[in-house]
Amino acid sequence: MKKKTKANGKSAGNHAPVLQLRLYVAGQTPKSLAAMSNLKRICADHLEGAYQLEVIDLIKSPQLAQGDQILAIPTLVRNLPVPIRKIIGDLSNVDRVLVGLDLRGAEQPAGNKTSSPGKPIGAKL
Amino acid sequence: MAKRAKPAEIEIPLDGEPHATSLPKAATGITGLDEISGGGLPRGRTTIVCGGPGCGKTMLGMEFLIRGAQQFNEPGVLVAFEETPQEMERNVLSLGFDVKKLVDQKKLFLDYVFVEPSEIQETGDYDLEGLFIRLQHAVDTVGAKRVCLDTLEALFSSFRNEGVLRAELRRLFRWLKDRQLTTVITAEKGEKTLTRHGLEEYVSDCVILLDHRVRDQISTRRLRIVKYRGTSHGADEYPFLIDDHGISVLPVTSLEMSHQVSTERVPTGIADLDEMLGGKGFYRGSSVLISGTAGSGKTTMAASFAAASCSRGERCLYVGFEESVDQVARNMMSVGLDLKQWRDKGLLVHEAWRPSQYGIEMHLLRIHKLVETAQPRHVIIDPITNLITASAQKEVYFMLMRLMDFLKSRQITALFTNLTADNEKVESTEIGISSLTDTWILCRDMELNGERNRGVYILKSRGMPHSNQVREFLMSRDGIRLVPPYIGAGQVLTGSSRVAQEAKEKAEALVRNQEIEKKQEALNRKRSVLEAQIKALQMDFGAEELELERIINQQKTRENQLRLERDAMNRIRSGDSQLRIKLEAAAAGDEE
Repeated sequence: MKKKTKANGKSAGNHAPVLQLRLYVAGQTPKSLAAMSNLKRICADHLEGAYQLEVIDLIKSPQLAQGDQILAIPTLVRNLPVPIRKIIGDLSNVDRVLVGLDLRGAEQPAGNKTSSPGKPIGAKL
Repeated sequence: MAKRAKPAEIEIPLDGEPHATSLPKAATGITGLDEISGGGLPRGRTTIVCGGPGCGKTMLGMEFLIRGAQQFNEPGVLVAFEETPQEMERNVLSLGFDVKKLVDQKKLFLDYVFVEPSEIQETGDYDLEGLFIRLQHAVDTVGAKRVCLDTLEALFSSFRNEGVLRAELRRLFRWLKDRQLTTVITAEKGEKTLTRHGLEEYVSDCVILLDHRVRDQISTRRLRIVKYRGTSHGADEYPFLIDDHGISVLPVTSLEMSHQVSTERVPTGIADLDEMLGGKGFYRGSSVLISGTAGSGKTTMAASFAAASCSRGERCLYVGFEESVDQVARNMMSVGLDLKQWRDKGLLVHEAWRPSQYGIEMHLLRIHKLVETAQPRHVIIDPITNLITASAQKEVYFMLMRLMDFLKSRQITALFTNLTADNEKVESTEIGISSLTDTWILCRDMELNGERNRGVYILKSRGMPHSNQVREFLMSRDGIRLVPPYIGAGQVLTGSSRVAQEAKEKAEALVRNQEIEKKQEALNRKRSVLEAQIKALQMDFGAEELELERIINQQKTRENQLRLERDAMNRIRSGDSQLRIKLEAAAAGDEE
């Protein structure tokens, strides 16, 4: 298991809930790498260190896929605060990621940062 | 896990190439399915099982895995997309499968894949590598040879991006094939396509369609192999049943007519009937039809056959469509047949159900299964006529033909009863199965002098001399007798007129006997009189004889004396004439 725990929780005093994130990847695929770098950027830009991140490589520990019901790779799981949220894909759409993590209301438009124009809009069914 | 006969026992040769030259197959262990598919599902390939809701797709997939693990030592992986493993376990527990045990033994791996679309955001590029990883992990854990994905199409409601999904599914089928996993994928039936999302596009090796339809308020499950690449298979629709032993598919293709025949005879349970059938009864493994109008004694005959079989220690299966088990038992007590004791001993397997309870194939299937489990030597179906209420005549005919062939191939004697309606010609069976049977016994009512009596005769009995008589069927507390009717003076009498005629004859005979006795007495008397007379005569004769003998002796003595005297005289004459005179005088005096 590749456990990159960025426990930068020391500055979490002003933010009430600490985000607990898990990123599931499968090896060093381009998608996985893209997801990792995108996530790092989002975390740095928007989370200000108030989060815990665990990166799990399912190639190395496949038994962990069952617990969080992982099918799609990459998947970012927000375990805390409840309810559990999952964001699948390479996390290239920052706004959608933020909406998915409940960090931003849907009122803010996505702007021109959308990097995957071919994908259908509206992750919710 | 309930025991069941090995499917190989029902050898159903399908026309076409032998199995050896076709694809390698993985036997499912599901009764009947291996027969119609010519040995099982394509090994190392993917089979789609599709059908509407509640048609038994999941059950088929589960049984494929469980039997694979239990019977063929091929561990399996179940990936459930719709039900949790706990639910699955519970579902099949009622069928006698202990999934938990198999999981503990590492013969089965259950993975529950559940995606809640509402908690998912899609952003950017992704694939379903997670599914592959989980599958790989599961396969590695138990060393799986078989996989069941139930119901893979659930993914279509979980992921929005159909393009990605389809690409991944194509990859999945390739992946499964590369790993030589024999896979069953269940899919919902679509309106125009076989599966709702067109999965059959990706998997084209084998497609099985399940169907659950209702006709005349009777539901029947059917299975059809739509496609099986590279192998010959039964193309028909086959009825199947899900019961407490899992799935059984009934192969309905005609069986060969090459069963072994026995020359052994089995008593019918009625001594008089045995006598009519060449003195020995039916042939073992033959099929017997007893037809007749209502109340002509068909069930009684069938029951006595059953009782006789049980008393010889041969198990008998009795399937009733008219009366309940207890009712038959009670009624048969009145003719001295105790069926309950045989049931208690396990020699009589008595089942009764309504003919309208299922479609015709289900009846056949259920009888098949009963035969498999009970392994009887004789099977009785009472009556077959009622099955017509369950289906069309032609179907009943085919079903009975199949049943007869099946029983014959196992050397099981089959006895069917058949009710002929009153307005019909008695010598016709409604379904025309009489030509299929070896022995046909007809029970008929004979109306005469305001009475109805039961008559029995043998219409045909292949391969044995049989009586041409119409016998009267008498039922009493002591059992059943088939009495020859009174035949004489140009008429055949039955019932009370037969009894009356017999009484009359008896009386006449008595009178004749008395006369003979009288004459005999007279003769005896005469003889004794004569004998007495003879005796008297003999006695008279005896007395006379004695007297005469006495006289003869006397005279002989005198003759002697005379001679002596004469001699003496001669001597005296030569000397003393005086003495001679004296002596002569004395002799004369003596003579007086």
